[in-house]
Amino acid sequence: MTRKIYDGPEAALEGLLFDGMTIMSGGFGLSGNPESLIPEVRRSGVKNLTVISNNAGADGFGLWMLLETRQIRKMIASYVGENKLFEQQYLSGELELELNPQGTLAERIRAGGAGIPAFYTRTGVGTVVAEGKPVEEFEGQLYVRESWLRADLAIVKAWKADTAGNLVYRRTARNFNPNMATAGKITVAEVEEIVPVGSLDPEAIHTPGIYVDRIIKSTINEKKIEKLTERKRETA
Amino acid sequence: MAWTREQVAARAAQELQDGFYVNLGIGIPTLVANYIPEGVDVTLQSENGLLGIGPFPYEGEADPDLINAGKQTITILPSSSFFSSADSFAMIRGGHIDLTILGAMEVAANGDIANWTIPGKMVKGMGGAMDLVAGVKKVIVVMDHANKAGESKVLERCSLPLTGAGVVDLIITDLCVMACDKANGGGLTLIELAPSVTLDEVKTKTAAPFAVAKELDKAA
Repeated sequence: MTRKIYDGPEAALEGLLFDGMTIMSGGFGLSGNPESLIPEVRRSGVKNLTVISNNAGADGFGLWMLLETRQIRKMIASYVGENKLFEQQYLSGELELELNPQGTLAERIRAGGAGIPAFYTRTGVGTVVAEGKPVEEFEGQLYVRESWLRADLAIVKAWKADTAGNLVYRRTARNFNPNMATAGKITVAEVEEIVPVGSLDPEAIHTPGIYVDRIIKSTINEKKIEKLTERKRETA
Repeated sequence: MAWTREQVAARAAQELQDGFYVNLGIGIPTLVANYIPEGVDVTLQSENGLLGIGPFPYEGEADPDLINAGKQTITILPSSSFFSSADSFAMIRGGHIDLTILGAMEVAANGDIANWTIPGKMVKGMGGAMDLVAGVKKVIVVMDHANKAGESKVLERCSLPLTGAGVVDLIITDLCVMACDKANGGGLTLIELAPSVTLDEVKTKTAAPFAVAKELDKAA
């Protein structure tokens, strides 16, 4: 049961990368980013990528690394603020951007993994998001039709994996990762800890192993905090 | 005296009811959590996948795997639960959240709200705002009554690209509180004035028609 376990980022992505491909990359901000796999995509030099991710990294971190090398041609995201490089490349016309409402993005990915080509949502009705899309009335309310998202490759970050590929995420680092894990033709997971089968509670698996093709132990696990917010301990 | 940011947040907190599930936006809305009335138990949702937001962590105890939608470090409560982004927005879109409080750049008399982009100036994205205004049962906007140029942010029609059409229930600004009758196509009613703010001042500073609640009309 160890054929899904790979030695490192290079081995895990070998044979999977090609120019013009679509990659889903997990995370919300820098939380739950595949920190070890993104640099390997960069190192490979693969280009003209369409990247689907909630955000586009932050200065110096995450998907920013692929923006810096201009490997991304198109980004599908819900929020790309706090990223000067993104703004520059977008305003200069080098980078194509498709903004999705965050819930629509998540559901498009979920639908992609679940084999549902389209669905209707109230989100975005009467806004630019609905322009050019079919709008239909159900029980007196208008809904806009959105289509699924699928990717050639999904790269995700989990906390623990067993050798069968079952994944458990940690706290809010879960976010888009389990949804994306279902929507990649191939899904590569990087995890903080690889454990033998039988170590994880089958009742508490977040991503069943069927969705996960390759697993590595994270080689980079920096987990940069974007907005450290603390309070002082009350002194009695 | 107009309300301060904190007073606007405190006024918005008066709309919280015991047992509510609530999503707070970034900025003034986040401050609302500091003014939850005594005896009112609300559960805060964070759209990145947490129900039951706790206070900020003590110094040295921040966990990079535990953040809110504004990417600030937070803590959890004994009642908290985690879930994926798709599950989080199913909760929002499915109408399970009772109340959301959001900031805005413009709000219109018909209940339209614009708070995500200024064409040609700002490339950021809507994040979860469009899902929240479309899916949450009650939508409250907290904002300054006027923009930095002194122009009314309460308008007859929004000029900026919309976040949602006909979705706003209540507007709380530094000057006043206005209700929007979104179920009937819109229409604003002034229901409360900040201390020593006059009806005339609100009339002068509002670029939208509005009715005045009976109690206020008498007072003026």
